[in-house]
Amino acid sequence: MKTLEDVKANGHEEALRELLFQLADDDFIVAYRGSEWLGLAPHIEEDVAFSSISQDTMGHATMYYQLLEDLDAGIANDLAHGRMPEERRNAILLEEVNGPGHYLEEPRYDWAFAVVRHYFYTQAKKIRTDSLQQSSYEPLSHVAIKVNTELYYHLMHWKTWFKQLITIPGEAQERMLEAVSKVLEDMDGVLTLGPQAEQMAQAGLIEGEALLRKRWMNEIESMMDSCNIQVNLEPQMKRGDGRALTHTEDLNTAIETLSAVYRQDPAAIW
Amino acid sequence: MTLVLQSVEKSLENVKDPEIDSVSIIDLGMVEHVEVADHNAYVALLPTFMGCPALEIIEKNVREELLKVEGIQTVQVKFIYSPPWTSDRITEQGRERLKEFGIAPPPTQVETTGEWHVDCPYCGSTYTTMDNIFGPTACRSILYCKSCKNPFEAMKPVSTM
Repeated sequence: MKTLEDVKANGHEEALRELLFQLADDDFIVAYRGSEWLGLAPHIEEDVAFSSISQDTMGHATMYYQLLEDLDAGIANDLAHGRMPEERRNAILLEEVNGPGHYLEEPRYDWAFAVVRHYFYTQAKKIRTDSLQQSSYEPLSHVAIKVNTELYYHLMHWKTWFKQLITIPGEAQERMLEAVSKVLEDMDGVLTLGPQAEQMAQAGLIEGEALLRKRWMNEIESMMDSCNIQVNLEPQMKRGDGRALTHTEDLNTAIETLSAVYRQDPAAIW
Repeated sequence: MTLVLQSVEKSLENVKDPEIDSVSIIDLGMVEHVEVADHNAYVALLPTFMGCPALEIIEKNVREELLKVEGIQTVQVKFIYSPPWTSDRITEQGRERLKEFGIAPPPTQVETTGEWHVDCPYCGSTYTTMDNIFGPTACRSILYCKSCKNPFEAMKPVSTM
């Protein structure tokens, strides 16, 4: 399938849009949370690295919103900034604040949570993107190939942090293990493809959810083994399914902040 | 090849990377396709890094540059993702110009482990260390030369491996 007409003729329009909204909204919100670390990261090299990764990730969201625009779902900029929180398909884990406090006033952000959330998400994104390279929708497979060239560096980065912190006995390891338990409570919200997962797989847009989840489990298990860490790896969806439009207050405040400039003048050229 | 098409292609050499003004978009291997028909120039570009804020500036500069070409009245610029841009698309001339700017060109050899090495663009020494794989722009890394004691930047290798 190469065009909207092909997709329509095959009856896969709804499943394709749903998948693209998940991909776009996930990257959009996690890039925003990442960019909130600017100036607060543990050292200056990390400030540079994390903001570069967040910028790439926002670029990936842009491509997915552009694919939606090509499918007549609306203008990319409006899709990114103009949609209400209750219309968004991102996983709840990705909208969560970085920690207590406010960016401008006494931010008490949790670096262990950042490392675990971004590593677990980036690994899931890698597995998903690898699968999308064979997507039956050709424009999506092209975007996936492009995303993967950049994702290579992101995954390497988070693996390095994860390994280094979780293998240091004492406070580092304790806080990392705590963060692992916390992230796992909502991780299945990232791994799920939502209510239309089956239609997506049947259309050949992406492989089945169970298979992708298994691959993610294998990767994380082998990382844990190499770090000599025993963890009960059971990703859950405690706070609900973002793919099915369930969200928390954290998403409301995030959207309100990040779309403030857009709302002042939606027609402005940036 | 028509004369107008030739002039269009020549003009694209004047469009520089806004962040590295010695290197053109031709040098970087960003130009995938150029077409001229009925006074309209169509240019398909490959974005280097997607989140790069220079992309919009490049698009605008291509448009402005080509409108100066005699016989061209309209310009269409499109970013396409296939084939993906990879760092081996940078031309020999582009590699030289990067060095002149103080940026080491991307390594052509990447080990199967993903490891790679670059020499100092100032003194040519191989005695260099990686400070940060991420740099001031998405496409660059920060390194340090232990021979001439200069910090320097290098273009990241980007491949579909």
